[in-house]
Amino acid sequence: MHPADVHQRLGAQFGERITAFQAEALQPWAVVAAEAIADVAAFCRSDAELTFDNLMCLSAVDYPKETPPRLELVYHLWSYRHAHGFVLKVHLPRESPSVRTVENVWGVANWHEREAYDLFGITFTGHSDLRRILLPDDWIGHPLRKDWVDPDFYNGMHVKPTSQMAERSMAGEKIGIGPFDFTPPNRHVED
Amino acid sequence: MPEVSGLIQNKFGEENVVFTTVDNIVNWARKSSLWPMTFGLACCAIEMMATGASRYDWDRFGMIPRGTPRQSDLMIVAGTVTLKMATRLKRLYEQMPEPKYVISMGSCANNGGPYWRFGYHVLKGVDEVVPVDVYVPGCPPRPEALLYGVMKLQEKIQEDHVLRRKGDTLGSLAGASMAPEATR
Repeated sequence: MHPADVHQRLGAQFGERITAFQAEALQPWAVVAAEAIADVAAFCRSDAELTFDNLMCLSAVDYPKETPPRLELVYHLWSYRHAHGFVLKVHLPRESPSVRTVENVWGVANWHEREAYDLFGITFTGHSDLRRILLPDDWIGHPLRKDWVDPDFYNGMHVKPTSQMAERSMAGEKIGIGPFDFTPPNRHVED
Repeated sequence: MPEVSGLIQNKFGEENVVFTTVDNIVNWARKSSLWPMTFGLACCAIEMMATGASRYDWDRFGMIPRGTPRQSDLMIVAGTVTLKMATRLKRLYEQMPEPKYVISMGSCANNGGPYWRFGYHVLKGVDEVVPVDVYVPGCPPRPEALLYGVMKLQEKIQEDHVLRRKGDTLGSLAGASMAPEATR
């Protein structure tokens, strides 16, 4: 099915809740109102004409300089049955973004949504297991947001290298053993 | 210092006595059977596997990869150490029995490599958490480079002194002074 036809079918079903459509892109996309994405996803999956049985990718993008500033969720859909694809986008506010999960539509969304939560701080309501997936559990913040600033340390290990570290490293000096003050017993004192 | 490698060349068919130093024989034994822990973290691990495979064949050095820190003498940190991995790496190092050695293989393990400035998730050098004996530069290092690093480590081991009281850094564990001048 052609992307314009996909958009037409979605528009006929959801009307106002499909807020924008871009047909000229390499992968044509439609913008869906945030509160409707779970219904649209379920329809895309179950409708006989569409049958998007595969969520190829769920990713997030941060646009702090757009007006208004926003986070975007991008859903790349693919139908193995009809061999056609489509892209859905959702605009979210940068402050406390939250959207309904599509985990019960495509199981693979479980890990993708955990990744978006981990790196962008987007909350997926209804998600069965919304934990960090890549970063450590005690990590603070969401590093792929554009306003991310590296902390100096994580658990005592350097996150941001200091200029002193660079100079000493260039001079060939060993950069200490960090917070773990642990000198190995196999280092013997020479005469 | 006499060469002891003749021992394995059947030069002592009769029962015999060999004079050498304890340092020499123990260090020879240690450096000739370095068992590395399989510690591939990224693309450097591919080169490490190539080093272990038939063309470069680190079996020549008596190096047999082990799957557990309990049986390992050497940890070859091959690849990018993330901050999440660093805590695990630290624990695995502590689980290795003495004597233990560390080779930092590749730019990422040496100082963070391409993640030096903008990698929010990468340890800036594995020597922040474990002491490193040999640094092997490269991205990734070729197997020849890693083998050279192993040979440099063997040289280092051969210069080691066994059967001596260790420095006061170790004594801090027991609260006793183990300074060399106090024990000699």
